[in-house]
Amino acid sequence: MIASTELIPSTEFIASTELIATTEHSVPIMKATVLIAEDEALLAADLQAQLTRLWPDLHCVASVADGETALEQALALQPDVLFLDIRMPGMTGLEVAQALAEDWPELAKPFPLLVFVTAYDQYALHAFEHAAIDYVLKPVQPDRLEKTCARLQAALRQRAQSQAAHPSWEAAIHTLRELLHVDAARAQGKPPAASPLRMIQASIGNTITMVPIAEVLYFEAADKYVRLVTAEREHLIRISLRELQQQLDPECFWQVHRSTIVRCDAIASALRDDTGKLTLTLRGHPDKLSVSRLYADRFKGL
Amino acid sequence: MKLLDKFTAHRMHHSQDILKRLWLELRIFVPVSMASALFYYSMYSDSFATNLIYSLCSTLFIQGLIEIGRYSLAYRMRKRSPDNLDAQRNWPGWALMIPWIVVSGVVGYVAGRELGDLLTGVHRAPATITENPRALLLSMTGVFVLSVGITYFFYSRGRMAAMETRAEAAMRSAAESQLKLLESQLEPHMLFNTLANLRVLIAQDPPRAQAMLDRLIAFLRATLDASRSGSGSHSLSAEFARIGDYLELMHTRMGPRLNRRLDLPDELAGLPVPPLLLQPLVENAIKHGLEPTVAGGWIRVSAQREGGTLVLSVRDTGAGIGRGGAGPGGLPPGGSRFGIQQVRERLAALYGKTASLELVAASDGEGGTLAIVRLPVS
Repeated sequence: MIASTELIPSTEFIASTELIATTEHSVPIMKATVLIAEDEALLAADLQAQLTRLWPDLHCVASVADGETALEQALALQPDVLFLDIRMPGMTGLEVAQALAEDWPELAKPFPLLVFVTAYDQYALHAFEHAAIDYVLKPVQPDRLEKTCARLQAALRQRAQSQAAHPSWEAAIHTLRELLHVDAARAQGKPPAASPLRMIQASIGNTITMVPIAEVLYFEAADKYVRLVTAEREHLIRISLRELQQQLDPECFWQVHRSTIVRCDAIASALRDDTGKLTLTLRGHPDKLSVSRLYADRFKGL
Repeated sequence: MKLLDKFTAHRMHHSQDILKRLWLELRIFVPVSMASALFYYSMYSDSFATNLIYSLCSTLFIQGLIEIGRYSLAYRMRKRSPDNLDAQRNWPGWALMIPWIVVSGVVGYVAGRELGDLLTGVHRAPATITENPRALLLSMTGVFVLSVGITYFFYSRGRMAAMETRAEAAMRSAAESQLKLLESQLEPHMLFNTLANLRVLIAQDPPRAQAMLDRLIAFLRATLDASRSGSGSHSLSAEFARIGDYLELMHTRMGPRLNRRLDLPDELAGLPVPPLLLQPLVENAIKHGLEPTVAGGWIRVSAQREGGTLVLSVRDTGAGIGRGGAGPGGLPPGGSRFGIQQVRERLAALYGKTASLELVAASDGEGGTLAIVRLPVS
């Protein structure tokens, strides 16, 4: 019924006229893998072509067009470098980075070097400028991308020399914390003076149950819903965790994982195991919640 | 250093303000004194010079008292209720001012006469002032007329200044909302992503790049025109052409994730509509509906006529408004409110209650959002 006229061009991208200039750039040969996550096909193909030209030994393992696939493929293919568009369908680039930091296997390859790509995100840009991770603005300028490549190569070389995965991991965690902080501050600044939520309406069939916010032990993201757990029972509410978080008092409700927000009064203890992994136990409920590396700094004093 | 500059500037501004006020007082003081001197000169046999001295003295005291009273009463009111608009422009209201004018008139007149006696060297017995009741009554009437006149002058002066301030504020807020509208329509994210695509196409497919650039030019021109004139109108076919430009630009970016259809019956093509009225609705459908979903979907913009009403609808199969709406707070997604509110305001300003905008979750199985604009066919 709906007529879609043009299709996206073939992904066999023909390098542009700028090719002539590139032969003069003497990039030291270094083999590495990259994953590109960019929802706009033309821009993804162009970025790939520009990277190939600037860094012929950079092998593109995949080019994906949405956040969820990006996370999945990054975990599966474990690239050295990851270019992430900030605004993507499914998950934003920041959310992908967060999820990746939480799910990245401990004993695998070092955490990928992240490069964020954005057309215009003034808040995020501010954070990038202070962060160790690089960022690229769209339209991507060849000169800027060349600098990015040089930076990435330097980082990879350093990593190869030190042989240890941890320094870059720590740096990535640190930067992500900073970015998430900025992102949360922006999200909270958006709705004008929304007062914290006091009652939650959870509907089951035709009944709407009123749950006072003080009875909630924790919230957990579950697909398109949020699971609300109290001491007695649990409910499903139709909202995203992100939207819900904007309406909660940040002093009272702590995010401890990308899919978990816990009421801080309900935490009984935080246990750190041999691998450094933190687990929370709750008052009046047998559930145990795991704390992701990104939020572990909340429990430093404990 | 900067603080000091600011402080000096503040003080300069403050002293300038006081000088301006004193100049205003002088401008009313001189003509009033002259007028009262002429008035008494015509009544009494004294020389004009003598009358002028007495008039100047009396006016000085009366005006001084009235003004001191006016400022201090208004100051007290401001302290009690800071929101009082009258008090903000130094006007305590007639109810307080009339008794104060009577007091100022009597006290100022007597004091003025005493000062006049001192200056002219006349020595009168203390009771002379009440010797001739008729003359006294006449003098006092003159005094009160002038006092009320002075007060009224400052009252209307203050009101005019307040009106000017209000008009200025209104103009400022209109300019601000115009800028906000322009900013929302020339959304930087859309603009830079479009330019990024254009940059790629220039090398890869020049004819397509040219076509895209032409669309961008038409869209930018229409957006600027609409934000500048605001109240004008263009034909429905022009409206659909501009929406078509925008959708074409978005299609270049989103590829097969965006399917689009525009349905404009020929007989409606010439009807006038406010320029880019539907633009915020189409933009919302993409930005909050289709762009966030992985699969994408379709958008359809259509026009039909129902009797004397033109019905314009924008339908998408995107994320939908239900998600946020069913949540505990019931808030629609952040950025869309300004666009919707802007369309509502424009409709209300142009058509009053005869036009409406309805935003609902689409009821068929495909989901998404349906926005319906109804306006009278002129």
